[in-house]
This record gives sequence, structure tokens and C-alpha cells, in this order.
Amino acid sequence: MDTMHYFRVLVVDDEKDFLETIVKRLDKRGIGTEGALNGEKALELMREKRFDVVLLDIKMPGGMDGIETLREMKKIAPLTEVILLTGHASVESSIEGMKLGAFDYLLKPVKLEDLVTKLAQAFEKKEGQDQKIRSAKIKELMRFPGRVFQQEKEEEK
Amino acid sequence: METSRYTGLQRKIILLTLLVSLAPLIVLGATIYYQFAGMYRAKITQQITYRSRGLAQAVELFLKERTAILCSMADTHHFNEMIDEANLSRIFEIMNSRAGAFVDLGVIDGNGRHLAYIGPYDLKGLNYYQQPWFGEVMAKGVYISDVYMGYRRLPHFIIAVRRQEKSHSWILRATIDSGVFEGIVKAAQVGKTGDAFIVNKSGVYQTQPRFEGRILTKSKLETSSFGGGTTGVEKKNSEEKQILFAGTWINHGKWLVVIRQGVTEEMTGLFSTRNMEIAIVLSGILAIILMTVFTTRMTISRLRAADVKAGEMNAQLMQSDKLAALGKMAAGIAHEINNPLQVIVEKTGWMQDLLNEEELQQSKNIDEFRTSINKIEEHVERARKVVHGMLGFARKMEPHMEDVDINAVINQTIDLLGNYARINNITITSELSPDLPIIAADGAQLQQVFMNLVSNAIDAIGKDGRIDIKSRRMGPQIHIEVSDNGPGIPEEKQKRIFDPFFTTKETGKGTGLGLWVTHNIVEKMGGAVNMRSEEGKGTTFTVRIPIVIPEKK
Repeated sequence: MDTMHYFRVLVVDDEKDFLETIVKRLDKRGIGTEGALNGEKALELMREKRFDVVLLDIKMPGGMDGIETLREMKKIAPLTEVILLTGHASVESSIEGMKLGAFDYLLKPVKLEDLVTKLAQAFEKKEGQDQKIRSAKIKELMRFPGRVFQQEKEEEK
Repeated sequence: METSRYTGLQRKIILLTLLVSLAPLIVLGATIYYQFAGMYRAKITQQITYRSRGLAQAVELFLKERTAILCSMADTHHFNEMIDEANLSRIFEIMNSRAGAFVDLGVIDGNGRHLAYIGPYDLKGLNYYQQPWFGEVMAKGVYISDVYMGYRRLPHFIIAVRRQEKSHSWILRATIDSGVFEGIVKAAQVGKTGDAFIVNKSGVYQTQPRFEGRILTKSKLETSSFGGGTTGVEKKNSEEKQILFAGTWINHGKWLVVIRQGVTEEMTGLFSTRNMEIAIVLSGILAIILMTVFTTRMTISRLRAADVKAGEMNAQLMQSDKLAALGKMAAGIAHEINNPLQVIVEKTGWMQDLLNEEELQQSKNIDEFRTSINKIEEHVERARKVVHGMLGFARKMEPHMEDVDINAVINQTIDLLGNYARINNITITSELSPDLPIIAADGAQLQQVFMNLVSNAIDAIGKDGRIDIKSRRMGPQIHIEVSDNGPGIPEEKQKRIFDPFFTTKETGKGTGLGLWVTHNIVEKMGGAVNMRSEEGKGTTFTVRIPIVIPEKK
């Protein structure tokens, strides 16, 4: 199945029951999904692997809260789109999250269909960005072919 | 209950004010009147005593003159000359030409024999020795008699003087026509009720009084009540009218010159003054009463209006506080519910996913599972709607400001709900003020407010009815009224109408959040929502939105 994944998603939520199920369901729909129960774990995973979209619960008790995690995530992978998920009407934190570069926010409970649509939109955006970067790189390489080695080095990191 | 409290207060204020302002006025009026009346009466009494004294002096002067003439005649002539009737007649003529009022003149010797007489009566030869006046004149030298009715039915009196000539003495006696001094007395009978007369010691009239009684009859006057000098006496006559008397004793205390004056006539001035004073005081009282009642009423009505306003503001403040607290709580609860709901959604979703797996398609209860899962999803959806509705306003807490034409928003609302209303045979009419300014507000939120109010009105009416929507500018605000002619809201429910989850609709039909959200939206805009409802007549919601002029772009 892994090879069929359209894109990779990281779900961060302290609600274990939710996390397990959503991972399974998204996986079933061809979206390679991993889960993290808290912010630290999520950041760890992000450093290890590449994710296209992150679904992040804004309010998590203990440890890092959603906003903090988001800030760190953007440092690690600026191009990865983050969708905020909230059960609370804490619009202020949602707005803050948007300012920090989150793609959008969703209010719990959200239907899977809606969630998938939103994830796809975020992925498309990210793809678009990647595309632009790729074409910019191609242009650059065509002008300075020597840089291809440099590029590969960076990619390895 | 409330009304009686105000009327009680009003009555108290009026009574107190009247008491405090009227009492001094009345006391002052009465004091002035009694002081003035006292002074006036004293003045009248004084006037009468003056008149009485003046008259007494005139009468006394008259008597003294006559006595003096008689004395000088007696003193300048000898007894022998006097008893010569020719001589006596000459003297009589001289006396009459100088002074007048002498009717006759006679000479009486020491033994009381009338020796010579000049006059109309035949008195010569009479002996007066036994008469009491003879003894008196012999003892005192001068005697003036009381008035008596003479031979010709004319009032007279006698003056007799004694002349001591060596060892024997004789008497010169003259009759005086009292008509002459009656003239003097009558001159003092002034005004309508003024009278002047003379009485003797036992109260017999010596002159003809103007009223009551005849000369030489006994008067009702108590002469003993007049002291020495001039005394004023007040009496009441048979008609209960007050009469003032002033009497002066003359003729060595034998006669009393009396001035009689009806008080009423003299008091006319006082009475007109009194009437004027009463009129002034009464009009003052009337003015005070009117002013007091008027100002008190005005004060009370202002107070009442202020109380009502304060009460309304209090109620509104309490309502806002309550709703704010409930809002916070609701947001907290929402979070706690949303997370489990999300888990339920995922778990049921997962079950559904699994049901589609091939092995399970053969299970005979597969349809039952499907139905159950669908039902769970349906009810999660229901719960989600409730919670989201509760957070509906909060999610849009950051209002999106745009230029809003309130009338356009209302018309849009009417268009949106028009069909729903028509199905239920409800007419929506609008009366929108054309000169409303464009304001800066969140149009979507306003839309939600009007949608909530109008759809509530439709639900309240049920079937057949009408809804009126009005908009107008009121100073710095725009007022929008949504009235329906539905059944109204019972009073006990009116207080809770803006509370979250309070609904009058059937379970499952209304979330009880519409008006709560409406209230919160309008309050966030700096406005207010009010409700007036009368059972059986309908309900009116008034939305007041402050006019915020959009910034120029």
C-alpha cells in the first residue's frame, strides 16, 4: 500500500482513540499517515521524515501546546502545510496559527470526507509551491550546472 | 403595587409641602387680620370718644354760657330791681338778644315765693319751697334741671342761680328751650347709624335720639357702665349687631353725652380690607396647591421614568453578565464535547470502512450494523449542530467589517425566508426608512441576526399571521423592529428568552441558541436587543445598532 500513497500526513492529537482511528482510516484511503500524541513526538517525526501536510490539534494538555509546536514545525519544514484542528472556540489561537502560516483550521468534530478534502487542498498548495521551487532550481541548474552537486548534498540532509 | 408606591410618595410630598407652605400663610393672614382689626376697632373707639368729648364740650359750653349770663344778671342787679317786672322784662330781652334760647325768667325769694315772672306761662305766685331743686340751688348756688316736657309740649329745662345779698338770698331762674342744644347734639348724628343724645343719670333721654326711644323715656343704656372722663362701651343690640357707645359726663355728672355708632358701618373699610386679604390669601393658597400638585406630579413622573430606565438598564446589565458567563461556560463545555464527538465520528467511520470489507458483506446482520452506524452518525451530527451553533458567534468573533446597507440585509432576509413564510400563510411586510446611513458592520452577522428573529417569528406564529419589519434612524442608532402577531411569550419565560439552550420549540427542533447568538452578536457590535411581548397579541423584538460610519477608502 505504501507505494500508493498520494501524500504523507502527520496527525498530532493527544486523544489516543482519535489518533489511532484517523491514522487507520486515512491510510485506508491511500494517504500515508502517521500519528503523534504530543508536540515533541511530532517534531521528532518531522525531523526524521518528510510530511506534506500536518493535522495539528491546537489545544493539548501538558508539554508543548499547538501553537508552539506549529512554530517549531515551520522551522523544521517551512513548506509543509499545517491544518489546525480545534474543539474549542479559541478563535484567537486559530488566528494566531494562521498568522504563523497554518493553511486553515477546522472545528471538531469533523467528518472524514471534509477532512480529506481539506488535506488534499493543502497538499495541492504544497505541491504548487514545490513545483515552483523545482522549476526555479531547474532554471538555476541550467544556468549553473555545477551546482547540481551542491543540491544533492543538501537533499541528503 | 408599583403605582401605589408612587402615588403614596406623591401624596406625602404634596401634603408636606402644602402643610409647610400653607400654614405660615394662613397664620400670617389671620395675624395680620386680627392685628389690623384690633387697630381699626381701637381707632373707631377713639374716634367715637373724641366725638363724644367734643359734643360734651359744646353742650357744656352752652350750659356754662347760659349759667354765666344768668349769674351775671343776678350779680349785677339788686333784688328790688329784679322784682320790678318791667326791669325783669328788659333784662330778659337783653339776655335773649345776646344768647337766645331763654323761654322765661323769674325771681324767687329765699322762702320759695315766685315774686316776678316774665314768660309765656303764668307761674307768678307759686311757692317752690318744697321743691327739691329749691333746696339744691339754695345749697349749691347753681342748679340745672333735667329736661321736662313743658306746657306747650316742648322740651325744656331750668337753670337757677342764687344771689346772696347781705343777709338774704334770692334766686334767678330761667327756662331754656332745650331745642337749641338739641340742635347741637343732632349735628353730631352722622352717617347711617351714628347717633348722639344726652341721658340723665337714670338713663332718661334728655334729647330726642335718632333711633330707638323718645325724649323723656327711659333708654336701655346702663349709665353706670360709663366712668369718669370719656368711656367707650361696646354692646350688642337685638339684631346681634355690634354697637359702640362713648359717653362723657357733663353738668357735674348729671348728664351723659352719648355718641352711638353701629360698628358695621364704621367697619366697612376693615371688611373690604379683610375681603381683599382673604381673596389674596385664597388665591395664594390656590396657586400654591396648583404649583405643588403640578411640580410634584412632574417630579414623580420623572422619577418614575428614571426608575424604569434604571431598572431596564439593570436588567440589561444582569442579562449581559449572565450571558457572558454562560458563553464562557458554553465554550468550555463545547471543547469537552467536541473531542469525544470527534472520537465517535472516527470510530463509527472506521466501523463503516470495515463493513465494506468483503468477508463481512456476507454477515446476515450487515444491514442492521449499517443502520445503527448511520443512526450514530446522524445523532453525532445533531450534537455537532448544537455545539457548533453555540459556538457560532464565537467562531466569528473577529467580525468582518464591510459597508452594510441594513435595509438591503433585511430585504435579503425577507427574500430568503419568504418562501417558508408563504407556505405557512404568513405575510411579511416591511416599512424601511429610506434614509438610513451605510454603516460599517459585519453583514453576515447582521444577516444571521435578522434570520434568527424572522424565522423565530415564523415559528412562533405557526400558521396564518403577519410579520412587520421596520427600520428607522433614532439619533446615533438604527432601530430595527421585528413584530409578529403570534401567541406571545408567557411572562415567566420572557426573562429566559436570551439564555442559551432555552427553547419553546419541540425537542430536536430548536437548539435554543438562536436568540442567544443574536444577543451576543448585537452586543459585540455595541448594540442591544430588546423584547416586548404580550400574550395573545404578539411579540416585538427591537434591535438597536450603533451607527458606525465606514472609513473612507
